[in-house]
Amino acid sequence: MDWWWCWDTTSPYASWASSELNDSDLESRFRSGDVRALARAISMVERRDPSVRVLEESLRAQRRAPGVVGFTGAPGTGKSTLVDGVVALLRKKSSSVAVLATDPNSPFTGGAILGDRIRMQRHALDPKVFIRSMGARGHLGGLSLATREAIRLLGAFGFDEVILETVGVGQSELEVAAVAGTTVVVLTPNLGDGVQMIKAGILEIADIFVVNKADLDGHVRVMTELRSMLSLAPRGQIWKPPILATIAAKQEGIEELWAAVLAHRDHLESSGRARELAEQRLKDETGEVAAEIARNRVRRALDEEPALAERLLDEGTPYNTAEEILDRGRQI
Amino acid sequence: MRPVRIIVAKVGLDGHDRGVKVVARALRDAGYEVIYTGLRQTPEMVVDAALQEDAQVIGLSIHSGAHMTLFPAVVEELKRRKATDIVVFGGGIIPDDDIAALKKQGVEKLFTPGTPLQEIVDWLRQRFPEEKR
Repeated sequence: MDWWWCWDTTSPYASWASSELNDSDLESRFRSGDVRALARAISMVERRDPSVRVLEESLRAQRRAPGVVGFTGAPGTGKSTLVDGVVALLRKKSSSVAVLATDPNSPFTGGAILGDRIRMQRHALDPKVFIRSMGARGHLGGLSLATREAIRLLGAFGFDEVILETVGVGQSELEVAAVAGTTVVVLTPNLGDGVQMIKAGILEIADIFVVNKADLDGHVRVMTELRSMLSLAPRGQIWKPPILATIAAKQEGIEELWAAVLAHRDHLESSGRARELAEQRLKDETGEVAAEIARNRVRRALDEEPALAERLLDEGTPYNTAEEILDRGRQI
Repeated sequence: MRPVRIIVAKVGLDGHDRGVKVVARALRDAGYEVIYTGLRQTPEMVVDAALQEDAQVIGLSIHSGAHMTLFPAVVEELKRRKATDIVVFGGGIIPDDDIAALKKQGVEKLFTPGTPLQEIVDWLRQRFPEEKR
């Protein structure tokens, strides 16, 4: 047994001191391709640690926008298995791939079980594959903010493609659709009748539909219902979302799926939509960041100034206080 | 505050995952982010996952009797990848003599069958006080 190991484990805080990378260390390790530095930077992004900005600034020169594809769908539709298949395909084409998999956190304790890695075990030791699980909640600035920053980091680290995976049970899939270039909605047979599809609001966010588990009875019906539903889409829509059948567990239909992703990407580029989207998203993101800064400023003012908080309670409405705090401008 | 992220894994050729799932659930309910990597992991896979996930803790479960080989192998892999700050704990059917030996080799804590789940949570709480990061 080495003495330092002993020291490491006997003091409860010693380990933190040794692991906490300082900013310059983080940057050099990030640049040298240290996976741990990337992972740590993503953690900083997740908890909205402003010091990650130093890193992001320094990486501006090697900013590369990776291709971003989002997968969303109900639990158990086979998203992780599908993503696993796509990762395998991309590795055959020697692209490097990062997967950001989002699972829900408990609304009561904040805890989460993140299990998407289980389906992607065959890529476990491939250095060109990076898999990161994220809890959907606990992102103070919302999931999309953290995801966008994580994508920038992954791009700077050198990943060609980023795949976002999210469970479609709430708002998180909408946030992913707002970040991904191409959004794939995954369905399976027997999820309910056609009305469920209009209800769910998934029709609007999908660039591609996948009916997975196409070896099960009922997949033809789902595809037919989808097709008739999509035929009611507003006129003038240039991109018509294709409906594809896959059996992810047997790696069937994955090539066709990726071909559809590339076709959608081409469409975005050639129609000028890609640039529009990028601009719009940067503007949206700026709004979100501004809201975050404002929220922090207001919280701090109310915490630090009892008189202000007291007046707020007297008034019973937030507007005057909020404006007053923001009008003060930037304070150190 | 940095939320504590925990990798839980079954190492080696051991398909008994009831225990590890119960522990994962208990840790989830205690507010931790638990990343379950599934069955039949090699030490390299576990450490790789811990690095990618920026986990502070690795919890290993074993019922096959290979703990004296596989647990230290995880610790060795952490040393090789210069990530010895990641805390390793384990659980399973492990004789007392082996527990002492494993602790010497860097497995910080071991839990045997019958351990109340709260004991594991309490240990983590004390090991990672939330106000500290």
